[in-house]
Amino acid sequence: MTSSTKQTQITLNRRQFVRGLALTSIAAAVATNIPSALASNEFTAKGASDFNPKQAILNGTEFKLTISEKPVNITGNPTIATLVNGSLPAPTLVWREGDTVTIKVKNELDVDSSIHWHGIILPTNMDGVPGFSFDGIKPGETYTYQFTLTQSGTYWYHSHSGYQEQTGIFGAIVVLPKMPEPIKADYDHVIQLSDWSDTDPETIYANLKKMGDYYNFSQRTVGDFWGEWQTHGFVKAWDRRKMWNNMKMTDRDLSDVSGATYTYLMNGLSPNAHWRTVVESGKKVRLRFINSSAMTFFDVRIPGLKMTVVAADGNLIQPVEVDEFRIGVAETYDVIVEADTSKQAYAIFAQAIDRSGYAIGSITADATKIADTPEMDPLPILSMTDMGMDHSMSDNSMSDMSGMDHSGHDMSGMNMDDMQSTPSTPNMDHSSHNMSGMNMDSMPSMSNMDNTVIPMDMNPKLPQTKLPKKDGPQIAMRATGAQYRLSDPGVGLRNNGRKVLTYADLKNLYPTRHEPKPTRELVMHLTGNMERYMWSIDGITFSDAPPLEFEYGERVRITFINDTMMNHPMHLHGVWSDLETGDENHIPRKHTIIVQPGAKISYRVTMDARGDWAFHCHMLYHMIGMFRRVQVR
Amino acid sequence: MKKINKTLITGILSSSLLLATQAQAAGESDPLLTYFLADTLELSSQTDNPLAWDATFWVGKDWHKLYIKTEGEHVTGNSESENQLLYSHPIERSWDIQVGLGYDITPDQTQSWAIVGLQGLTPYFFETNIVLLANDKNIGFRLDTEYEALLTQKLILTPSLKLSSYSADDEPMGIGSGLSSTELGLRLRYEFSRKFAPYIGLKHNQTFGNTADYLKAEGSESSEYSFVAGLRFWF
Repeated sequence: MTSSTKQTQITLNRRQFVRGLALTSIAAAVATNIPSALASNEFTAKGASDFNPKQAILNGTEFKLTISEKPVNITGNPTIATLVNGSLPAPTLVWREGDTVTIKVKNELDVDSSIHWHGIILPTNMDGVPGFSFDGIKPGETYTYQFTLTQSGTYWYHSHSGYQEQTGIFGAIVVLPKMPEPIKADYDHVIQLSDWSDTDPETIYANLKKMGDYYNFSQRTVGDFWGEWQTHGFVKAWDRRKMWNNMKMTDRDLSDVSGATYTYLMNGLSPNAHWRTVVESGKKVRLRFINSSAMTFFDVRIPGLKMTVVAADGNLIQPVEVDEFRIGVAETYDVIVEADTSKQAYAIFAQAIDRSGYAIGSITADATKIADTPEMDPLPILSMTDMGMDHSMSDNSMSDMSGMDHSGHDMSGMNMDDMQSTPSTPNMDHSSHNMSGMNMDSMPSMSNMDNTVIPMDMNPKLPQTKLPKKDGPQIAMRATGAQYRLSDPGVGLRNNGRKVLTYADLKNLYPTRHEPKPTRELVMHLTGNMERYMWSIDGITFSDAPPLEFEYGERVRITFINDTMMNHPMHLHGVWSDLETGDENHIPRKHTIIVQPGAKISYRVTMDARGDWAFHCHMLYHMIGMFRRVQVR
Repeated sequence: MKKINKTLITGILSSSLLLATQAQAAGESDPLLTYFLADTLELSSQTDNPLAWDATFWVGKDWHKLYIKTEGEHVTGNSESENQLLYSHPIERSWDIQVGLGYDITPDQTQSWAIVGLQGLTPYFFETNIVLLANDKNIGFRLDTEYEALLTQKLILTPSLKLSSYSADDEPMGIGSGLSSTELGLRLRYEFSRKFAPYIGLKHNQTFGNTADYLKAEGSESSEYSFVAGLRFWF
């Protein structure tokens, strides 16, 4: 341990710590605050830093991390994980904006490893992606990362080698701000969500390759059809299924890998072990949510409490009060809650998007009293919207569509002071799509099918960069009616009676109106075939794709169209992804952008970092197909 | 024939090896995999309780696979089987084209076929295999289709149809021209895991035309109902 690294955690008892079967040690499940007393006075949490020294938190400027195999027991079966400093999650690293940090990472595995600092702006050889200006860390070797922090907020780190992220190499990063933040909280915790399987990742992947729905135990049954027959009559029930049956698609395809093999963890603890934080009634708690899952989207709420979202992907946003938010793989959200713990314990409840399980923790006044487990919501059913199909075409086959509120695309709240003109809607075409339209690959990618008017279409005239495309059996579906759905909370969360965060709610806390405009546009389709379990961008996998080339300093718009029924969290290394929400003056800055099924989304990127960067879907088993090399010269 | 075979195998293996280079940034997207499925392995209530099987093995990657399929029956020391060695390549999102060789075995005789087939999923989720066979004496057509109805997530009812027809009579092989035979099945399996499921079921075997006559000459029935019990498993 170097002198400047203070370790507040003993890793000796880690095996006990990660045991999820029984609550062997309440203390082990109780949280430690981020030692934010190190930060500005504004940010001080009273007596928090010496609270409970159980969770691994490292702070300072020099760090030693060791990656090795360790026995763990998370589900009741002893198995082997790959861990950093023997800890699951890896130790939380607390850094300070402006500091130069040095991290010596030793690889004690017998295969190559690496650490990628997700969302941190740094030189390309520090980014930690093997094959990209860095060869990975060979067995027995140590790699020294060193970079200066130019940002603050909640981020995370993980291995970028093989499937090591799935088997435990991930941890939280908290970069404390140089200048005081306009956020006040008495407690400060990382809530790191993850998915754990005792099955090794290669086997999970092979199972999916052999049977795309291997882990889906929420499929339609004869009974479901019988129920619809009873309710709607045979003809109508049959009609409702007709389109899905003809297209050979299922409306129950939410997660490739489910609770059938995953145990969902909160800060490394299973629902049985139940993470908890002891909070004095009426105090403000900052929760830094990080989704470090390999494959799982979570819907997060704290029944009985409103959450004020103050940051997204590390960057401050205008506070927005919500009941629930969906967090995609690799995203982070900071929320503030005020819990009246004298009355009850509150559950931090993160249900998997396919409702096959959940991670849970408690905000409580007494570590021995945990919150009741809320009931999970019903299984979300995919609709025509999620297939990117035009809304007008299939009234009787869209059971979920009634839940889609089109009038909800509310532009009235948007600050349009920087926009020259409000366009009419020349691009609307509600009538002409039919079934055969599902495979119209020849459609230009910016086809004029939006029936939602979103202001970024105000400058649709950007020069298009032509990219190679390939059609074939690797593509099962085309979202010919893909729309911007920024105010759509997503499948399963529409009109659920709660205020659910959407991308339209994300407004940068700081003005962005003076940022340069993009000068060209790249439109890419996220493509795949669930049954064959093949994933690609524009039908082309990483190994066959030329790099995407950019000039240093140029600002571009990237538009994704999701031609699949899965969410894809797209992560571009090295530079920020500035999400076009329609509000030119408050463009939120993210590192990971979810492209909803059948949807379209655009963001702007200033290519202000030279080198080779990875650009990929963060779903671990989609990743190497949906992957591009970005070159900034 | 043998030569084609060899070329096929070398082609598949070498292409697999060539495709093995991947970026180190994540797991391998297209690993070389092997698969064995015993779709049916069952005893039936027919005379002398024959043991029947229908199994598939493949090795390969996304775009190139080598298949071995075998289907047959073993009763009172004698076996009959239809075997295929095929190269399989995706041509559509849910269809593969398969070409290769067939080798049918009866106690009396064997015969070889050149084969071209389609394997995939029809609308309404019918797992289907359509095969054309040809040799210097005969042309054949075989269809195999099944539907999986989920009674629950683990209890699965599978109606199935197998059908074969030929252009010419071939008495030693027990084949008559025209529609030769059908098998209608209805099997109910319980998946203890995805990979292991015992089942029970009913099947109805029917032979037609000369095929039926050849069978009758052997003293067998041309139409027979039977109960089956067996295992479906894969790895």
